Amino acid sequence: MEFISQHPVLVASLVKIAVLLFIVMTALAYLTWFERKVVARIQSRWGPYYVGAHGLLQPLADGLKFLFKEDVTPPASDRFVYLLAPFLALSLALTAIALIPFGPPSVRFPNGQSVFIVSDIDIGLLFLFAITSIGVYGVALAGWSSNSKYPLMGSLRSSAQMISYEVSLTMSVVGVLLLAGTLNFNEIISRQSGHFFLHWNVIHTGYGYFPQIIGFLCYLTAAIAETNRIPFDLPEAETELVAGFHTEYSSFKFAMFFMAEYANMLTVSCLATILFFGGWLSPLPDSWHWQLYLPGAGLLLLGLYTAYDTVANMRGIAQLQFAVVTALALGGGAICLIPVVMPIIQGPFWFTTKVLVFIFFYVWVRGTLPRFRYDQLMSFGWKLLLPVSLANLVITAFVIILPKLGHP
Amino acid sequence: MSVPFFVFFACAVLAIAGALVLIVSREPIHSALALVLVMISLAILYLLLGAPFIAAVQIIVYAGAIMVLFVFVIMLLNAGVEERTNWSKLAKYAGLPLALFLLLEIAHWLFRAPVGAAIANGVGAPGPAASTTELSLELFQQYLFPFEATSILILIAILGALVLARKEE
Repeated sequence: MEFISQHPVLVASLVKIAVLLFIVMTALAYLTWFERKVVARIQSRWGPYYVGAHGLLQPLADGLKFLFKEDVTPPASDRFVYLLAPFLALSLALTAIALIPFGPPSVRFPNGQSVFIVSDIDIGLLFLFAITSIGVYGVALAGWSSNSKYPLMGSLRSSAQMISYEVSLTMSVVGVLLLAGTLNFNEIISRQSGHFFLHWNVIHTGYGYFPQIIGFLCYLTAAIAETNRIPFDLPEAETELVAGFHTEYSSFKFAMFFMAEYANMLTVSCLATILFFGGWLSPLPDSWHWQLYLPGAGLLLLGLYTAYDTVANMRGIAQLQFAVVTALALGGGAICLIPVVMPIIQGPFWFTTKVLVFIFFYVWVRGTLPRFRYDQLMSFGWKLLLPVSLANLVITAFVIILPKLGHP
Repeated sequence: MSVPFFVFFACAVLAIAGALVLIVSREPIHSALALVLVMISLAILYLLLGAPFIAAVQIIVYAGAIMVLFVFVIMLLNAGVEERTNWSKLAKYAGLPLALFLLLEIAHWLFRAPVGAAIANGVGAPGPAASTTELSLELFQQYLFPFEATSILILIAILGALVLARKEE
């Protein structure tokens, strides 16, 4: 107990890291399930169905399969770099999530530490970009160290692509920075409060404000390219390069690349939410007090639906599994309705909802668009995306400085 | 032993080890990776000195952009293992003594100068905390001319690269 009271920062950070790691790892696993289900619906299929009710245990089965597969290291590979690459990719992708605020800083532990963010630093955004900019090494080194031609092609493509689109990604965000005047995530979000959703950066109009809708579209495009997703997934284009940079990786090292890709998706979606869509702010007016009941009510509705599904459609072991899901949803909903918990859960609820919308958009794009050709990718990035985001930056700066011109 | 002191020595050792590997390694990619390690260790040292902005920019610009280009070019050219040459006469008779002299000089000033002594005693040298706002005010008011001159210099370099890379008419 003495140790806990003497080191409040250390203890709080360790607790937050442990909990966040657990949540993020579970979320990553179920993102794969979510993606497979949604893409299957888009393509008129069922998706994972047999492992657990509605395929809910599929991520677990996949994880176990990855663990027990033979771990092949190509004899001609550069062993040290070959092992380093997946570690770099996954650890950097997970580190970035430590900077994301999931709820308002006003919610604190008894010892004064903020609950919803692991490290609340003044230059949060810059640090996030620093971490993601080193993330290229994971992909680039994986392809090189495999000592095989398709992976090398894949990692060459990915290095070129990431260098090109990182410029547009950064440029598209600078407009928001100018409006916020700070690099701290919590402050960027706080500046967007008021007038329910009308002050979110993406639509905030008014004297001295320029809505960042163009910046947002540039950010979204560049972010999809940065995370190597369809339609920009040339580094792993399976029709041309077998599997691109991770062709020679098997077993859990492949799983690490896989998790890193989903973690990057998550980070990028969180960043879009924070910068353009008000982060943990509620889109509803503060005076509508019934919004406090929304998280609990939503979970209870979900529980009622799964309860109906359990009774009506499930048979055998699946019925038992779905009964557990129902119990979890109903119990979670009941906890969210406890008066003490209700105000605390609001921030994370809205944040998660917005992030889920972006994740769905990612999957939707994957199910809809074909892949770009390499020259199209390059000319799109340099000749369209970069000029547009630069123009957005210039216009934003001009609009901000305009009211101040008269009064020096 | 305070925590900053420990972090300082860990990063210093990593930086020096990275620099040594950079020179000794015969595989170009290993050298490039060692240089990345040096850059990141330096960034952490900047953090210790109370300059988080500089630290982040150090990582973004050097480790994230320049070194990625290095790695890209090494991969693109598929550069093989370096060959060793014998020591040239100049290196043997002028280079080695000069390097030794430089090391001695650094060691001398490290223990003589107040900053060096402070670091050696494990205090660190926390100068004025360089917040982003203060830094940009300095950069865009006092040092505006050098800043703009540098940007024009870089623009000229880009144009030069374009001219060199252009196809012959």
